[in-house]
Amino acid sequence: MSFRIIVLAKQVPDTRNVGKNAMKADGTVNRAALPAIFNPEDLNALEMALKIKDQLADCEVIVLTMGPFRAAEIIREAMYRGADRGYLITDRKFAGSDTLATSYAISLAVKKLAPYHLVISGRQAIDGDTAQVGPQTAEKLQLPQITYAEDIIEVDKKHIVVKRRLEHGTETVKAPLPVAITVHSSAPACRQRIAKLLMKFKHARTVTELQDETKDYTELYTQRPYLQIDEWTADDLHADVGMLGLSGSPTKVKKIENVVFAHKDSKVISAADEDIENLMKELMASHVIG
Amino acid sequence: MYNHLMPVNVNNIFVYCEVTDDKTIADVSLELLSKGRKLANDLGVKLEAIVIGNELAGVEKELYTYGVDVIHMAEDDRLYPYTTLPHTALVLNIFNAEKPEIALFGATSIGRDIAPRIASAMRCGLTADCTSLEIGDHFENKTQTEYKNLLYQIRPAFGGNIIATIINPETRPQMATVREGVMKKEIYDAKFKGKVKKIAVNSVLKDEDFCVQIIDRHIEASKINIKNAQVIIAGGYGVGSRENFQLLYELADVLGAQVGASRAAVDAGFSEHERQIGQTGITVRPKLYIACGISGAVQHRAGMDQSAQIISINSDINAPINQIADYAIIGNITDVIPKMIKYYKANSK
Repeated sequence: MSFRIIVLAKQVPDTRNVGKNAMKADGTVNRAALPAIFNPEDLNALEMALKIKDQLADCEVIVLTMGPFRAAEIIREAMYRGADRGYLITDRKFAGSDTLATSYAISLAVKKLAPYHLVISGRQAIDGDTAQVGPQTAEKLQLPQITYAEDIIEVDKKHIVVKRRLEHGTETVKAPLPVAITVHSSAPACRQRIAKLLMKFKHARTVTELQDETKDYTELYTQRPYLQIDEWTADDLHADVGMLGLSGSPTKVKKIENVVFAHKDSKVISAADEDIENLMKELMASHVIG
Repeated sequence: MYNHLMPVNVNNIFVYCEVTDDKTIADVSLELLSKGRKLANDLGVKLEAIVIGNELAGVEKELYTYGVDVIHMAEDDRLYPYTTLPHTALVLNIFNAEKPEIALFGATSIGRDIAPRIASAMRCGLTADCTSLEIGDHFENKTQTEYKNLLYQIRPAFGGNIIATIINPETRPQMATVREGVMKKEIYDAKFKGKVKKIAVNSVLKDEDFCVQIIDRHIEASKINIKNAQVIIAGGYGVGSRENFQLLYELADVLGAQVGASRAAVDAGFSEHERQIGQTGITVRPKLYIACGISGAVQHRAGMDQSAQIISINSDINAPINQIADYAIIGNITDVIPKMIKYYKANSK
């Protein structure tokens, strides 16, 4: 049996580059104005998986993502960097899922991919920063968890030794496999795309994407079945619909408020010598500094 | 003293307390106890603390002063340092028996490891990195149901452009994590006395709970002490480079201040993560906060808007930070900071 690593990845709006047009007039977020990217720490997670694949003979890296149809983009991106295949969990029934409902759906998909040795994800996604889905998925799979992984020290078919990044230091832990790992941003950055893999996987598509293609891919896909990115719906996962989406999410958004800045009576001054000197004089006189 | 119409089935508030290497209770946990005590008074319920570790004798004395009615204490040499599975099993054991109304955790490497695991096992809602917690009601239009005395879990969301109030109407406990420094640590009553409930650790834990072993540990006391600094010079993305950040260090040196950073500056590699101020970093309340090249996203403001005095240095007069600044200096930091240093050096004794 080959060593199987499942990487959990998410496509996220790039909240780090929120521009002025990111908010609509009614105060809601204009997702269309934000580019969709591979969640940064999930790239660290992918690298960790690929590094293990480099070390072990007979190891496969499978990328699993949940999201709308276009989230298949990050599966292809992962393939270009070294992932063997990917699955997209997508269904309208997942809409509105909080972290609990999300981890339920993901855990069902991971179970479908058993037997596996490692489930690796980024510590958190930049659109929510909750860092909850990794541990919650681990709990649903009844796996031990290693959070904030920075480096793999040792791995074989039975055990893994991982260095973790904590607030004020590091900790090295040894765990039996299978285990769930979440990866910290201080872990090595992901390798770039590899030209050979880009050529190999550039026609990889989901069934939904193939329907939108004008070209006929039937023959190509018969010759190269690895190009198929599978889509799994709630039915494919035999999910309890009550545990998905809004109904499966115990957290509800009661209220969303636009941020209103409490205006202070700000004094605007220039960078001229005199202005700076007067300000410094005042700060020193009131003993705020000095 | 409490509203008689209040449902009688409101349960107690629990705080998971972290233990430090010095066998004291972590500041973030004491802050949560202070907040928990207020919420418990609002609801007319008890405040309970969970302490798991080894050599815990004596911690109850400090905990009582924060108004803790009941301390659930689990002591065993295998329980320190923290590992996920045994701590989770012990907390779940308590929660399943006591059915907390609210459960609070520090948004620390420990709290963010254990809280989601517990929420998943109990199938209840969890809100990360709350900046405010309040008690309030909710009317659900869809089901025409009125919910009394819910925990409002308030946090900035989506790049700081919005503030969201999250509730968990149906599930218990209502769980939240809060960063260190967000709540205020306040002694409730120096003479307050609660009681300790010891947990029979061996009856709860199995050998498999210890399958993850710590084989090495390097914890350093942080050299960076922003949280308690009186004056903070903080830089944002607008500082422009790691080199320009040196100017902030120079000014901090001269003023005896600490250097902080916005998340954008940390993400850009201008500053280390330990200096990040804001919702997902440290919350500070200095006498003076000098924001250099910081635009002022809500997440950042959540970590500094209680500063006594704020000075902004920004080339953009429309930067949101200027609206909460006492003084907004419109200019470049490479121009302004050297002038500040020069004046201070020339005029300080």
